Amino acid sequence: MSTETRPRAGFDLDRPWQLHPQVSVRPERFGALLYHFGTRRLSFLKSPALLAVVSSLGDAPSARQACRSAGVTEADLPAYAAALATLAGSQMIRERVSS
Amino acid sequence: MTRPLALVEQFQYGLDAPICLTWELTYACNLSCVHCLSSSGRRDPRELTAAECRAVIDELERMQVFYVNIGGGEPTVRADFWDLVDYATAHHVGVKFSTNGVKITPEIARRLAASDYVDVQISLDGATEQVNDAVRGPGSYATALRAMRHLAGAGFRGFKISVVVTRHNVGQLDDFKAIADRFGAQLRLTRLRPSGRGADVWDELHPTAGQQRQLYDWLVACGEQVLTGDSFFHLAAYGEALPGLNLCGAGRVVCLIDPVGDVYACPFAIHDSFLAGNVRGPGGFAAVWRESELFAGLRRPQAGGVCHSCSAYDSCRGGCMAAKFFTGLPLDGPDPECVKGHGARALAAVAGAPAPRPSGDHSHRSNRPRPVPVSIGPRPPAGPGPSPDRPGLPPDRACDQSPLAGFRPG
Repeated sequence: MSTETRPRAGFDLDRPWQLHPQVSVRPERFGALLYHFGTRRLSFLKSPALLAVVSSLGDAPSARQACRSAGVTEADLPAYAAALATLAGSQMIRERVSS
Repeated sequence: MTRPLALVEQFQYGLDAPICLTWELTYACNLSCVHCLSSSGRRDPRELTAAECRAVIDELERMQVFYVNIGGGEPTVRADFWDLVDYATAHHVGVKFSTNGVKITPEIARRLAASDYVDVQISLDGATEQVNDAVRGPGSYATALRAMRHLAGAGFRGFKISVVVTRHNVGQLDDFKAIADRFGAQLRLTRLRPSGRGADVWDELHPTAGQQRQLYDWLVACGEQVLTGDSFFHLAAYGEALPGLNLCGAGRVVCLIDPVGDVYACPFAIHDSFLAGNVRGPGGFAAVWRESELFAGLRRPQAGGVCHSCSAYDSCRGGCMAAKFFTGLPLDGPDPECVKGHGARALAAVAGAPAPRPSGDHSHRSNRPRPVPVSIGPRPPAGPGPSPDRPGLPPDRACDQSPLAGFRPG
């Protein structure tokens, strides 16, 4: 999902996540473009549904809940977990430390 | 989810705003490089004012253009350059600027090193003074190396060293890599285009067929350690694609704003045929990007022409539009440096016919240098190849001339 970082093994759907504060998101017809000003990396969200998930991460108690709210089915969940893992691997999203 | 190929197709039809764009702030330059793609030298009196530049930046912020590649000319010779960089970053438009290093003092280097939103690219076209200065002019090697020392000394990690690959420096790739490693910088190689003054020297400076193969093998071995700005996608016809999308982004995901506000399809296509409009027009840059007839045409599916029957067409997609145009080749035919040899045959067929000349020439009127033929002595025995990636260096995949550098579908 991102440019060239391999997904980390596994992704904890039950943790709270958020977009990295240095990341800018630009919606596009196909999904969205992401740019990280710290790493200067460009990434792509390849569907509007994934954009919906990523956009709601910061307010959801867990990534799993963000997926559910965006209408992701159980069957599709592994694909979304893989996409989120890749985004985490390239620091586009990060675990949210509870405040 | 959508398949990766569909994303590539999306890019072909263009985006609502460029992913990034090249903005040449001035035609003024202290150097007179023989291959200058914008025929720079003298300032154009119609140059955008600081206020007009700030208005463009405001527009880029509204369009969510993440960053601009600023060049010239030598952009740092504009008195308002540093203010414009500050204005852009304060408005969430990141800046990567190309420079020959002339204004990179220790103080400026410290200032640059302190910003997350500014990246610097030092141009160097020879790993030795002899090879570099033959193309970029006397003293330019020393100037570039001094700037690199200042940046490294200020703790600026991962700045770029940008090399236009020529017949005379293609044998120095390992040496360029060593220079980049020495300064904690990242090497970026780009393709020589017959654009601007480059049209006059392309025949004598562009890599030979054998050198192209050598370059390709070297790039494949280096993988993502060396940036290419998606510059060499015509080499994908050798087999394995190089990192990047391998797509001509002209008018689809990239474009050029020149010093007087003219918007061209790409930085290598400064010619009336590729002029889409001007940022001073009604609607500004956004209107040009979204409504220009020229860009609409570039975003329609392209016919492969005579290349369509070639087995490599899916890899190279016919190569570089600008390279074809300025060598007098039809745009729907092979790239002049087609690795299958079709370009050489096409060039032979148009030999003697005048190729289109770049529009506009801001070259210094006197002392226009000519390339000095140089030869490079035999290289020492081959080293172990590219050194492994150094931990700690930011994994920079920033957009170069093409924003898709480093993007791997899937």
